Amino acid sequence: MTGVGEEAMDVDLKSLGFRVEERRTLASGSDELLINMGPQHPSTHGVLRLLLRTDGEEIQEAVPFMGYLHRCAEKIGENVPYDTYTPYTDRLDYLSSMNNNWAWAMTVEKLAGIEVPQRAEYIRVIVAELNRIASHLVMVGTYGLDLGAFTPFLLTFREREEILDILEEISGGRLCYGYIRIGGVTDDITPTFATKCRAFLRQYVSKLDAINELLSYNRIFIRRTANVGPLSAEKAIACGCTGPILRASGVDWDLRRDEPYSIYDKFDWNVCVGKGEKGQLGDTWDRYMVRVREMYECVKICEQALEGIPEGPFRAKVPRNFKPPAGECYFRAENPRGELAFYVVSDGSKRPVRVKVRGPSFCNLSVVQELSRNMLVSDFVAVVGSFDLVMGEVDR
Amino acid sequence: MHFVPYLHEQFLSAWPASVVVLLVALIGAGIMLAWVALVALVAVWAERKVSAHMQARLGPIYVGGFHGWLQTVADGLKLFLKEDIIPAMADKWLYIQAPVLVFGGAFLAYAAIPFGPKLVVSDLNIGVFYILAMSAIVAVGIIMAGWASHNKWSLYGGMRTAAQFLSYEIPSALHLMPVIMYAGTLNLGEIVRSQETGLFGWAGIFGWYLFRNPFLFLSFICYYISSLAETNRTPFDLPETESELVAGYHTEYTGIRFAFFFMAEYANMFVAAALSTLLFCGGWNGVLSRNIQYLPDPVVFLLKCSAFIFLTMWLRWTLPRFRIDQLMALCWKFLIPLGLLNIVGSALWMYIFEQV
Repeated sequence: MTGVGEEAMDVDLKSLGFRVEERRTLASGSDELLINMGPQHPSTHGVLRLLLRTDGEEIQEAVPFMGYLHRCAEKIGENVPYDTYTPYTDRLDYLSSMNNNWAWAMTVEKLAGIEVPQRAEYIRVIVAELNRIASHLVMVGTYGLDLGAFTPFLLTFREREEILDILEEISGGRLCYGYIRIGGVTDDITPTFATKCRAFLRQYVSKLDAINELLSYNRIFIRRTANVGPLSAEKAIACGCTGPILRASGVDWDLRRDEPYSIYDKFDWNVCVGKGEKGQLGDTWDRYMVRVREMYECVKICEQALEGIPEGPFRAKVPRNFKPPAGECYFRAENPRGELAFYVVSDGSKRPVRVKVRGPSFCNLSVVQELSRNMLVSDFVAVVGSFDLVMGEVDR
Repeated sequence: MHFVPYLHEQFLSAWPASVVVLLVALIGAGIMLAWVALVALVAVWAERKVSAHMQARLGPIYVGGFHGWLQTVADGLKLFLKEDIIPAMADKWLYIQAPVLVFGGAFLAYAAIPFGPKLVVSDLNIGVFYILAMSAIVAVGIIMAGWASHNKWSLYGGMRTAAQFLSYEIPSALHLMPVIMYAGTLNLGEIVRSQETGLFGWAGIFGWYLFRNPFLFLSFICYYISSLAETNRTPFDLPETESELVAGYHTEYTGIRFAFFFMAEYANMFVAAALSTLLFCGGWNGVLSRNIQYLPDPVVFLLKCSAFIFLTMWLRWTLPRFRIDQLMALCWKFLIPLGLLNIVGSALWMYIFEQV
């Protein structure tokens, strides 16, 4: 099969180390097929592009290509004042904006030594955990969609909608909030916020049970995901995987507990680790289930934080013309998709000299190529879906 | 066509008999075409409403007033008006033919489906065989579409269809065999009539082949599963998996050509439901004896078909889909051996308990 887009494909192949002549023979002589999966493909979630070399239904190799969503997020950080960069962090992992804002705020606070009021810490924990639930709900729903189950998608989005309503009430935004600012949060919570949150959390657990029944423990779903694409703990660590991917492989590691920041040490909750119940340890079902179980823990944290919100200011006094002392700072936080880290270098002016973002999806993506070998196309879709990649963060 | 000689003698005696036969056939085809279109329209609308209510939504609600009943008509008109794109590298001749063949296969099957004791376009004595043969044409059309589109994803869809259809033809035919053994005929009307009374002369629901013996019950379940696979419905919708193969064999199709594929899917769904009804669930025989059946026969038949179509939709909006190797394993390791077992089992049952 030859045709349109041939030249563009040849360029890509050269960059992969294939020889172009080889492909010509490959196309005519063997059963192998080169297929573009993405950047416009329903299950690459955004603009991830994968070049597949397949033999029938079996994938020999899948090579990811990046850069379709590159927006110079790091470079922008070096050209705007510290506080102005907050809304840009929203757009990194656009499904968990609160967590991004928070990681950035904590990085700068660590650099400048700003003390955050207790009330702000509680609010931050609540909104971040709500956002974590919303983010995992998107993953659970779209993952069902990847495997052909349409209904869980709409059920999870319905729940997510309620969270968005709550977050809209306090921040004004529904996807990109810009709510957590350096020194605290932009505005105090509204009087009805706590009651709405409690009402949501109360009914939410039963909804989550229903989704479990519909999808997680469905026999077809288990057969599609268990034993598919197992990722060993060593490999996960070697490739820099973090968050649910790492925990699904059996590594008991969560920054919120092991490197406690903010006020996470005050709450009683568990870290969810994959156990390989339905198949091998670190298979796709584990990666999916770790997220589902994390949502139950998020509910626990939120409920405890709602009980303990103290009175007081919601934002520390940060000068209008904010200039942190010269120096450098690295800070990492547990995002829904893994460890989001910022590295900032300051020269004492109001703009950072260098901003480096360590995106969790970027590091998690690096495993995909290795996992893809000798895998069916359907399984590959299941594996890519279980990594829950957000391209905004991969390309930055 | 019992009324052809009657029509010929009474009204059209001046015309040659062959012209009358042709005329009647054309009229029958016209009525059936309208019926297929109606079935597709209603089924699409029903699917959207059923899925919506299962997903805590409302579905179409504005177009046409009452629960958006005109929505499918509006969508159909839109598809008619859409630009018809044939990809530059496509195999044009096959590309144009494919949707016609797919829809044609589905449509031709309707000729042998009886809606009531005499309500059938063509009362074939090999009705079951004919319908199975016609639904096999659909596979050819889909493979053609997959190949002609010049799209690798479409090609995958086409190849999957080839594998899936060819495999599932076997169990679906095997599981119909016990019924045909019981009825002793391939004529659908006769098969329904033989379900009027069952074991011990009990009428009504006990006459249905579904409840004649345990092997037939098993056959029914297995046949239903393979009919899902043959109509491309979840959990076996692998040829058009939107998350893997973009849209499978109809990725490149637009406008009215796409509409043909879409209509064929729902037309096929009705054929599968009709076969389940006619062969296993007593056709137009009601739950009680025929002496006290007050609903008209076609209404009973259509009610049963609707129940099956609803079940199919229900499954679609509940289950995830299988992987291709699991689909094949289900067919070859489970359905086909069970089909052979059912044939032997039913034969023994007939010999021992019913002295046939």
